[in-house]
Amino acid sequence: MTVVPINWYLILGAVLFTIGVIGVLVRRNVIVIFMSIELMLNAVNLVFVALSRQLHVMDGQVVVFFVMTVAAAEAAVGLAIIISTFRNRETVNADELNLLRW
Amino acid sequence: MSPVLFGILAALLIASALGVVLSASPIRSALSLVLTLFFIAVQFLFLDAQLVAALQVVVYAGAIMVLFLFVIMLLNLQEEPQAIARLGQRAAAVFLGSLFLLAAVHFLAKPGIGAGTGMAGAVPATFGSTELLAETLFTRFLFAFEITSVLLLVAVIGAVVLAKKTLT
Amino acid sequence: MVIDLLIAVIKALIVIGMVLPLAGILGWVERKGSALIQDRIGANRASIFGFAGAGLVNTLMADPLKFLTKEDVIPAGVDRLLHTLAPCVNLFPAIVAFAAIPFGDVYEVGDRVINLQAVGLNVGILYVLAMLSLGVYGVVLAGWASNNRFSLLGGIRGSAQMISYELGMGLAIVAMVMTFGTLDLQEMVRAQGHLILGWIPAWGILYQPVAFLLFLTAGIAESKRVPFDLPEGESELVAGFFTEYSGIKYLMFFMTDFVDVAVVAGLVTTLFFGGWQIPYLMRDGFHLPWGAVVALPQIVVVLLRLVAFMVKVIFFCWVQVLIRWSLPRFRYDQVMRLGWKGLLPIALLNVLATAVVVLALQG
Repeated sequence: MTVVPINWYLILGAVLFTIGVIGVLVRRNVIVIFMSIELMLNAVNLVFVALSRQLHVMDGQVVVFFVMTVAAAEAAVGLAIIISTFRNRETVNADELNLLRW
Repeated sequence: MSPVLFGILAALLIASALGVVLSASPIRSALSLVLTLFFIAVQFLFLDAQLVAALQVVVYAGAIMVLFLFVIMLLNLQEEPQAIARLGQRAAAVFLGSLFLLAAVHFLAKPGIGAGTGMAGAVPATFGSTELLAETLFTRFLFAFEITSVLLLVAVIGAVVLAKKTLT
Repeated sequence: MVIDLLIAVIKALIVIGMVLPLAGILGWVERKGSALIQDRIGANRASIFGFAGAGLVNTLMADPLKFLTKEDVIPAGVDRLLHTLAPCVNLFPAIVAFAAIPFGDVYEVGDRVINLQAVGLNVGILYVLAMLSLGVYGVVLAGWASNNRFSLLGGIRGSAQMISYELGMGLAIVAMVMTFGTLDLQEMVRAQGHLILGWIPAWGILYQPVAFLLFLTAGIAESKRVPFDLPEGESELVAGFFTEYSGIKYLMFFMTDFVDVAVVAGLVTTLFFGGWQIPYLMRDGFHLPWGAVVALPQIVVVLLRLVAFMVKVIFFCWVQVLIRWSLPRFRYDQVMRLGWKGLLPIALLNVLATAVVVLALQG
C-alpha cells in the first residue's frame, strides 16, 4: 500500500482555502461569509495535522486544538454581533450594511 | 492510507466545500459545512490524530455549527433570490482565487517538504493520543492554554452582552 | 485481512442485533408498563387467530405495519430534502453511538484475541459524546423544515435543552475519566473488575455516586423523555418538532426515542455498574473471596458476561420507563434552570473534588 505524500494534503488544504476565499468575496449573506471563514480555518487545521504527521511531532495537533477554541469564541461573538445588527437594520445582506461607507 | 481512498475523500471534501459556497439557502450551506467538518475529521483519523478528530466532531460539528443553525433559524433566513454577487465581482473573485491557487500549488508541489521519514515512517503507538497531546499542551504550551481560557471567558461575556435585549 | 473484516462485521451485527430488538421491545414495555402503572389494560386489540400475546402482537407487529403503510405526507412550502433528511439524521447517531460500548471482555480463538467491542477506540467515551451531540441536528432540522410555527418552537426548545444538558453530561463523564484514568470504555469496564478491601467490586457508582445521578438526569434530558419532554409536548404542541411527519418518518423519530433510552442505559451500565462484569468472575471462572475457585470454559464466561450486560441494560431501560410514567413534565424555564444553575455547578464541584482526591491518592 503506497503512502500519500505530504504535498497532496497541502494542495488539498490550499484548494479548500481558495474555495473559502472565493466564498467570502462572492457571497453577500453575512452568515454565509462567516461560514466560508470557518471553511478556511478548517483547511488550515488539515494542513497543521498533516504536517504534524509528517514531522512526527505533536505541536501541529496542539495548534489545531487552539485554532478550534479560538474559532468557537469567534463564532459566538460574531454571531452575537450579527444578531444585534439584524435587530437594528433588519438585514443580513453585506451590501446593505453600509452606514460607515464614506 | 491508499491514494485511491485519499482521492475519494478529497473529492467529497471539495464537493461539500463547494456546497457551502454555492448553495442559495443558508441552511443548506450550514449543512454542507457540517458535512465538510465530518470529512475533515475522517482525514484527521487517517493522519493518526484521534483526539483531534473526536474534538472536531464534538466542538466544531456538534456545538459551533449548531450555533450557526440556531442563528439562521432565529433570523428566519430563507432562500435568497440572488445569493451570489454580480457577474463582475464573481469573475474577479474567481480570477483572484485561481491566481492564489496556482501560486500555492506551484510552491506546495515541490518535493522535500518536512524532515525525516515523513508520512512513510511509522509513528509511536501513542501518537495522537490524549496522553501525548495533554503532555505537550500542559508543558510547552501552558501559557497559551491559560491565555485561551481567559479568551473564552471574554468571548462568553461579550456574546451575552451583545445579544442581550437592552431596555430602551 | 479478510478475517479481520469478517470479525468486525460480525461484531457490528451483534451490536445491531442487541439494539434494534431492544428498541422494539421497549415500545411494548412502554405501552404495557404504562398501562400497569395507570391501572388500565393497554393495547390488546390486535390479535392473530385470537392470540394477542399480552399486547406483543399489537405493538411489535400491528403498529410497525400501520406506520409503514401510511401515506407519507410532506406539507407544502417545505424544503423537501431537509424534511426527508431530518429523521435519518436523528436516527443515525443514536444507533451508531452504541458501537463503542463493550459487551464482553475478550474471546480467544486460536492465537487471535478478539476484543468484544464493535469498535475499539482509544477515545471511546468522546466518540459516544460526539454522537450524542450530533443528535441535536435531527431536532433542529425537523423543527425548521416543517414550515410550521409549533414545530419550530418545539425544535428550538428541544435543541436548546439538548445542548444545555450536554454540558452536565460531559462534566459527569470527565469525573469518570479522571477516576479511571482512561477514555477507552473497555479499559474502564476492566478497571471495574478490581476488588476493594478484597470483596467489594469496584464499580463506578461506588467511586462517583454524584456523577451517576448527574449522568442519569442529563441522559434522560438528552433523549427528551418525560419529565423533560417539552420539545415533544404531547398535550401542548401536538407532537412538537415532529408534528408534520407521518408514516415511516414518524416511526423513525419514535425509534430514536427508544434507541436513545437504550444508549443512556448502556452508558450508565458501562460507566457506573461494571458493564459486562459479574462480581468475582474472571476470565477462567469464579474466584470467590473466601478462596473457592469455580473453573468455567471460556465460552460460558463470555456468554454469562453478555447476559449480565443485557440484564443491566434492560434494568436501566425499565428504570427510565418507570421515571417517565411517574413524574410530571417540567416547564421550559424549570428545565433551563435545572440544567444551568443546578447540574452544571454540581458537576463542576464534583470534578474539582475528584481532582483533589485523585491527586491526594497519587501523591
